Amino acid sequence: MIRVILPHHLRTLAKVGDEVQLDLNGSATVKSLLDALEERYPMLRGTIRDHGTMKRRPLVRFFACGEDISHESPEIPLPDAVVKGDEPFFVMGAIAGG
Amino acid sequence: MSGVRLLVGTRKGGFVITSDAKRKDWKVDGPHFAGWEIYHMKGSPVDPNRIYGSQTSAWFGQIVQRSDDGGKTWTTPGTSEEDLRGSDGMPKGGASNDFRYDGIPGTHQWYDGTQHPWEFKRVWHLEPALDSPDHLYAGVEDAALFESTDGGKSWSELSGLRQHDTGPRWQPGAGGMCLHTILINPKNPKQIFVAISAAGAFRTDDGGKTWKPINKGLVSNFMPDPKAEVGHCVHRLALHPSKPSTLFMQKHWDVMRSDNGGDSWTEVSGNLPTDFGFPIDVHAHEPETIYVVPIKSDSEHYPLDGKLQVWRSRKGGNEWEVLTNGLPQKDCYVNVLRDAMSVDQLDPCGVYFGTTGGQVYGSSDAGDSWNAIVRDLPAVLSVEAQTLR
Repeated sequence: MIRVILPHHLRTLAKVGDEVQLDLNGSATVKSLLDALEERYPMLRGTIRDHGTMKRRPLVRFFACGEDISHESPEIPLPDAVVKGDEPFFVMGAIAGG
Repeated sequence: MSGVRLLVGTRKGGFVITSDAKRKDWKVDGPHFAGWEIYHMKGSPVDPNRIYGSQTSAWFGQIVQRSDDGGKTWTTPGTSEEDLRGSDGMPKGGASNDFRYDGIPGTHQWYDGTQHPWEFKRVWHLEPALDSPDHLYAGVEDAALFESTDGGKSWSELSGLRQHDTGPRWQPGAGGMCLHTILINPKNPKQIFVAISAAGAFRTDDGGKTWKPINKGLVSNFMPDPKAEVGHCVHRLALHPSKPSTLFMQKHWDVMRSDNGGDSWTEVSGNLPTDFGFPIDVHAHEPETIYVVPIKSDSEHYPLDGKLQVWRSRKGGNEWEVLTNGLPQKDCYVNVLRDAMSVDQLDPCGVYFGTTGGQVYGSSDAGDSWNAIVRDLPAVLSVEAQTLR
């Protein structure tokens, strides 16, 4: 079971609480995690990744175990602590004023 | 009992504001989608309880919202259980915000004159069609027109517009290269008028397959060729349903009118104190009565001398009268954006507009007097009035 923490605006959009829990079939990667997230909450499609290219939106970042993994390949395995649910996977909006 | 519902989009959410037909006491419901930019909300003329909303964020992109109960509850179209499973059992849906340009997008002119790829950014305006609550159009940035025939679940581009020969010469205005106005001729719904900043006005006579620029008579002195076929910063178009061949335009500078469906335009700024501005609208029952909000200049987006004034012409332009009763006449430095004025269908006609200072003003006597319906919303991006009967 993987724990995902979404930014405030995506929580309100998906009508979820502080944390989303996902069970992934097969390998746990950023891609498979986001695929599972978007399948359960289709209103999130296009908000984290671009519809066409499936690339991360420019002002969205991913963190796991205190590390910024935004620029890693979405196909590499997630850290064990995230896969086991000990640590959450964070989707964050890039910090900006205004 | 009849009444009015105002759909107000702001920088930080959407508001639904209602009143009975007296239009004295208003109830404010919101913010819906708190913290998100709501560029525009508009109800279907076929079913007023069907309302569409454009919700956007620089971080998380575009969302389309839909209400089937007059704005009480909202959903993103295409996310119900039945939407999510196709007949083959495979997941689908989640495409209500998938605005993908048709084919290879190509390029348009950038601010510095170089070519720049077309990139979808947001929906500026949603225009429900006249035939079905499930049919609507979306005007987007970078400028293009999209159509949905399934209640906003999916979209396809009417790409004849963007692929017009002049497309590579279109350029963004200060607010981006947005398609912000969509007007459907109620007597011939295959005739649609759109306006793009800063490309100009365009018309289709075949339901969106082919388009022609309709900018003859426009003069824009900021352009190398002030009378060019495209490149004009048209801020807003308006028409009266009973007289759809007559169009009114608030251009970057100049108020214009056309009496031949946009084939040619003449200036009707007349005695306006400044003819820069954004919105323009037409009285619900008087096709030659029009309203504008003069703004000092394109460098100073606020009213002249700090006085917020609506100007009304009862002669279709040229001769204007100032309307100030109830509006602040000193120290007012707000703007009124292009989609932030609307009229209701009651008698006398109600006129409404919202400001970047968060006020929504209303008049229940066609503009003779005004009241602040609400004063402290986030900056208002759009106002649409629905008449409920």
